[in-house]
Order: sequence, then structure tokens, then C-alpha cells
Amino acid sequence: METKDLLIIGGGSAGMAAAVGAYDRGVKDLLILEKGPFLGGILNQCIHNGFGLTEFKEELTGPEFAQRLITQILDRKIPYQLDTYVISISKEKVVTYMNGTDGVVEVQAKAIIMAAGCYERNAGAIGIPGDRPAGILTAGQAQLFLNEYGYLVGHRVFILGSGDIGLIMARRLTLEGAKVLGVAEICPWSNGLNRNMVQCLYDYDIPLFLSHTVTKVIGRSRLEKVIIAKVDEKKNPIPGTEQEFDVDTLILSVGLVPNNDLLDNLGIPTSRSRGALVNEHYETSVEGIFSCGNVLHVHDLVDNVVEEARQAGEAAALYLKGQLPIHKESIAVLPGSGIGYVVPGKIDLADCGDDLIFKFRVRQPSRNVFIQYEFNGIIIKKIFKPIIIPSEMEIEKLPKNILNSNQGTITVSLVDKEA
Amino acid sequence: MADITLTCIICPRGCRLTVDEHLNVTGNFCPRGIVYGKQEVTNPTRVVTSTVRIDRAALPLCPVKTAQPIPKKKIFDVMSSINEVHLTAPVAIGDVVITDVAGTGVALVVTRNMEKIP
Repeated sequence: METKDLLIIGGGSAGMAAAVGAYDRGVKDLLILEKGPFLGGILNQCIHNGFGLTEFKEELTGPEFAQRLITQILDRKIPYQLDTYVISISKEKVVTYMNGTDGVVEVQAKAIIMAAGCYERNAGAIGIPGDRPAGILTAGQAQLFLNEYGYLVGHRVFILGSGDIGLIMARRLTLEGAKVLGVAEICPWSNGLNRNMVQCLYDYDIPLFLSHTVTKVIGRSRLEKVIIAKVDEKKNPIPGTEQEFDVDTLILSVGLVPNNDLLDNLGIPTSRSRGALVNEHYETSVEGIFSCGNVLHVHDLVDNVVEEARQAGEAAALYLKGQLPIHKESIAVLPGSGIGYVVPGKIDLADCGDDLIFKFRVRQPSRNVFIQYEFNGIIIKKIFKPIIIPSEMEIEKLPKNILNSNQGTITVSLVDKEA
Repeated sequence: MADITLTCIICPRGCRLTVDEHLNVTGNFCPRGIVYGKQEVTNPTRVVTSTVRIDRAALPLCPVKTAQPIPKKKIFDVMSSINEVHLTAPVAIGDVVITDVAGTGVALVVTRNMEKIP
């Protein structure tokens, strides 16, 4: 069987940054496996700008950001295989992949970095009542068809979900001549960035229906109509509030889920992010298998993906040199009230550097609150937040010396000012 | 001129700004809102990103952008000009497609390297 020091699953932003991180720390026997026909992953279809402000100190479009990373790969002559699909990973780190040239191939890796990104929740996942006609697709699918293949997916469009890709597609479709009749969001707040609300909806007078959802889709072969209704606090539709829209297309922007099946199949524990549970080195419960980027937890900024993946690559390099400590003790990190998830899920003080880094999301928009860190039941830190929203991931750094033991539990919670 | 209300996009707070006829900005939490509010009322600008047709590349479309922000009211004029363009591979990031798109004085440039396919 062929062997490799490091296999990286995914050639998008995370996979490329992880490869560079590992290569620059001395890992030369490595290979990137990419499912699609190009390096760059989802960045290639994100032709809008706004990427790169922290990583490259300038505002780039998705393809431009991807090219910066591709250039780093080519400069280092890091090998990659395109159109290559990974079928399975074993606990012994045998990776089975296939492509049209080599057929099915098994490689024994010494270390693996999972960087397979995320997938979109689709119509099946949210169970929209009604017919099953053509013309219902996810925002990312619509983006791929329109931006890379030149198919306008519809002429009269409704969008369910106010995630950023949905908002960006509202603008793209409008610019290309489609009529976007509205965006429905089941939450009482928008899940997109203010910038996208303003520049994708308000600029084009596209109405946003907060606390609304699609209650029925109607159409024989092609979508003809969607019905939306207002929802109550429990997100149940309120009878009598229905509105009809004659549309040929419904676009779904209703959430992203880590594409973590390969690690799930290994029985690797997951966190509430639905990615693998990792320690401060992005290492999973299987030594030498790492996870980073959107397959670990869904990010909102690619700049943050790149920083995280580079660190995962550096950690894999340490592991391959035998310099990554074997964990005996560790502290569990748990999301408390008001917090969706926290990464990492465990920390070993013995080898975590001077600072502890926590990445998390809150469950709902809040003002004038505290993020509270509790260690074994004792409050060790409270950080004031004038405003905090679910659509922006928080990254916080705490000094390691704030903890006095390498055992127990840290709970991160959102608490009111008075509490 | 009546008061104009708009949402500040500088940070997640998203202040509701009101700009009056003398360009006084209210509703802002921080000074950045004043700058944004004045700019957005007097000369709103946007970077336009889109795609143009391309031959002899692996894909039928090549992404492009305006090299600088253009006046918001010119967005659809810029789109009309973009839709006239037809490139042939190879192209590289930064290649100028139109030197002055729709009379804005701003160039339209390629944002993806696309090789010529055999």
C-alpha cells in the first residue's frame, strides 16, 4: 500500500491553508485530495467581494482569495489530486479514495487533516409541505449554476432564509434580470450581516418578511406558487396570515452543516457544532486525525478558516515529528446557556501555549450581556458585550494562568447584566 | 429634502441612522456612523461583481469586478456593459476587460485566472 505522511481531505480554503501550515513546518510528503475539478472549493463560486481583510489586508472576491492560496500551494509544489472522492477513513488512518484515472486507491497515512467543508440544508432537511416540483434549490446550488455555468435558475424567485448566501443570491439574481419577490426568515431577526441586508436587499427594494416561513409549495412539473405565513414564538404558522407569491423558483438559505460523515463513520465524538470534538490543536479523539474549517464548525469569514486551518496544519507537523504531547488529562469545554457551541471541546493545559482560544456562537441576538466562563463551578471571567449576534462567530482569548488545574470543566455561557 | 433613514453597516450593531437635509447624522452609537451616513446620502457607491462569457476556458463564464466602487445609481448601466463582453482564454486576475465601464471612469477587471483548454 502507498504511504503518505499527511493526507488532507479537501482542497478549498481550509485544505490549502492546512497544507501550507504543515509544509512550512517541515512536512514534505503530503497530498491534498479534492472532490471538485479545481482547487479553491466554494470560494470559486463566491464571486462577490468582502474576503481577505484580515488575511491579506485588502478586499478580494472569492476567486481572487482562492488564487492567493493556490499560488501558495504551487510555489511550494504541494501535490494535489482533483476530481477525487474520499470514500472512507479507518482508525488505522488508511484512506480509500477514487477518481477516474486511478480507480479505487488505498493510502496508509501517518496523519490526516479533515477539511471537507460543509453542506447546505435542503428541502428534504426542512420538510416543506406541498408538491415536489422542479425549481426548489439551495442558495449554493443556484450560485454555482449562475456564477460558474451561466444558468439563470429562475425568473420570479422567492428566498427562504436570510443567511448571507441567500441575501447575496437575491442581489445576483436581480442583477441578472430575475425578479426576487421577497425573503422570508423564520426568526424575528435577520441571520445575515447588516452589510448584506443593506447592499443585497434594501438597495434593490426586496422585502424581508421576519417571523415568516414557507408553509406550502405548489406546482406540477415546475414550481408555480409559494405560500408564506407569519409564525408565533414557537415558530408555528399562524392561520389567517398566509400570503401567496407566484414564483417559478424557491431558493433555500436555511443553514449549513459540517460535512463530517467520514469522521462520524469512525465513531469520533462530535461537538454541538456537528463537527468533530477537538482539542486546542484541532486534533480529534483519534491521535493524528485533525479537523479544521467548516467541517469542524461553520465559519462566517474565510479569513478565520485560513488561520484555523494553518494552525491545524502546524499541529499535524508537530504530531509527525512526535512533538505533540499524548493527552493524559484534559479539561472539557462545554456550551452553557445561550451558547450554541464552543470550539475546542477540550483543552490540555500542559501543551496549549500561553493563551486559551475559544470560538463560539450565541443562540440569539443580545445587547448589554456578559460572556461568562465558569471553571469547575467557579466564575473565572466575565466579558461585557454591548452587542452579540448568532451570525458572527466570537473568538476570545483568555490567559492560560486563569486555570489552576488540568482537570474539570469550563462552561461558557451568556448571562444578563444583573446576573 | 426629507430626512433619510438608513442602517449603518460598519459593525454588527447596525444603528438606525437618520440624516437630515443639513447632513446631520443622528442615531449613531459611534463616530463611524456619521462618516458612513454622510457618504451613503451624498454619494453612495458599490463595487459591482458579476461574470462575463469566455471561450476556450474550462468554464463558460469568467468572474469580473469594478476595480473601484462605482456610483450606486450606475449599477444597472454597469451590468448592461458587462453583458456585452465576450472574452477568450487565457485571462488572468487584474486583466482589464473595459477601461471605463458605463462612463464611471472605473475599469472592469478579471477576478479569476482561466487557462486556455487544449
